Amino acid sequence: MNRRRKFLAGGAIIVAVLAYMIYAGVTQSAVYFVTPAELRATAVPGKAYRLGGMVVPGSLKWEARALDLSFTLSDGTATVPVRHKGTPPDLFAEGRGAVVEGSWTADGYFKAGLIMAKHSEEYKAPHDGTQAGYQELIKTLRGDGR
Amino acid sequence: MTRTLGWFALAGLVAGLVMAFGIAPRELTQGNVQRIMYIHVPAVWVAYLAFLVACGASIAYLFTRRTDGDQLAHAAVEVGLVFLGLNIASGSIWGKPTWGTWWTWDARITSVSIVFLIYLGYLLLRQAVDDRERAARYAAVVAIIAAPNIFLVHQSVNWWRTLHQPASLLKAGGATMPAILWVGIVVNFIGFGLLAAYFVARRAALLHREAQAAG
Repeated sequence: MNRRRKFLAGGAIIVAVLAYMIYAGVTQSAVYFVTPAELRATAVPGKAYRLGGMVVPGSLKWEARALDLSFTLSDGTATVPVRHKGTPPDLFAEGRGAVVEGSWTADGYFKAGLIMAKHSEEYKAPHDGTQAGYQELIKTLRGDGR
Repeated sequence: MTRTLGWFALAGLVAGLVMAFGIAPRELTQGNVQRIMYIHVPAVWVAYLAFLVACGASIAYLFTRRTDGDQLAHAAVEVGLVFLGLNIASGSIWGKPTWGTWWTWDARITSVSIVFLIYLGYLLLRQAVDDRERAARYAAVVAIIAAPNIFLVHQSVNWWRTLHQPASLLKAGGATMPAILWVGIVVNFIGFGLLAAYFVARRAALLHREAQAAG
């Protein structure tokens, strides 16, 4: 086997491995989350899932003392009740998207260990958006803003 | 010439800071944390651009075998990696308060990590091959193969379900934000772009001198 062949063979292996890594990496994250309808169709109790959907308005209950969070995720066709112990991220709210990690329980709810808020690609200026945000920034530095 | 570019870059960065913190208003939903966008988005655009320059310079090198093409590609990959790292780090910092996590393996973050590793591999390959001419040749092939992955990263939010939101600016149908916000991104992009061009020019010149010294 001459040097040129060795290089071709080695190069082919590297390219193949790289292609496989990209393929495996992307297909794995291609099904990054299942929708409530998909979960309802195939749910196995105890199995780990990542579930994504819209937080149904009116379903969010938050007990700050016990850190008990419960809400319903919907994709428009099916809904899944979710429970979580802990605090949600700032952008988590009713009527917004969320992705939760956890498992389906035999008791008929989704036990989430991690809550992630999915925010939209839309960014809005406040209604007085023409006014410089400078004063706003100063205000938040003083601590009376968000 | 390069020095002038540096001063322009400095002016661009100052203008970018003024846009991001002075002129752009506080975003309605996310509040001040959204200002990370003025680093996050321009950084990745500059990284994409640097990798495209590296791809073009590598093609030119393979055709002409003029070493300045290789030196330009090498410098562009190094600078592109810095800006891609800045993009990933700022995205992670942005992700914690908004998403609620520093990191998650969705298609966007997975694909951008792979691209980061590929270009890191480019630099490792250059180190691993002793013969300068051969190192340049192999590296050029990597730079050319790696470039299309940028498109994959950009499209990942459209092709797969992700936690990362879809594109706000580089898409059909116009920007999903008021002009006062996207102008801030564009000004920062110009500032970052000038800075990257300055870095690339300085680095390529240094590589040129190193090659001459090595004879």
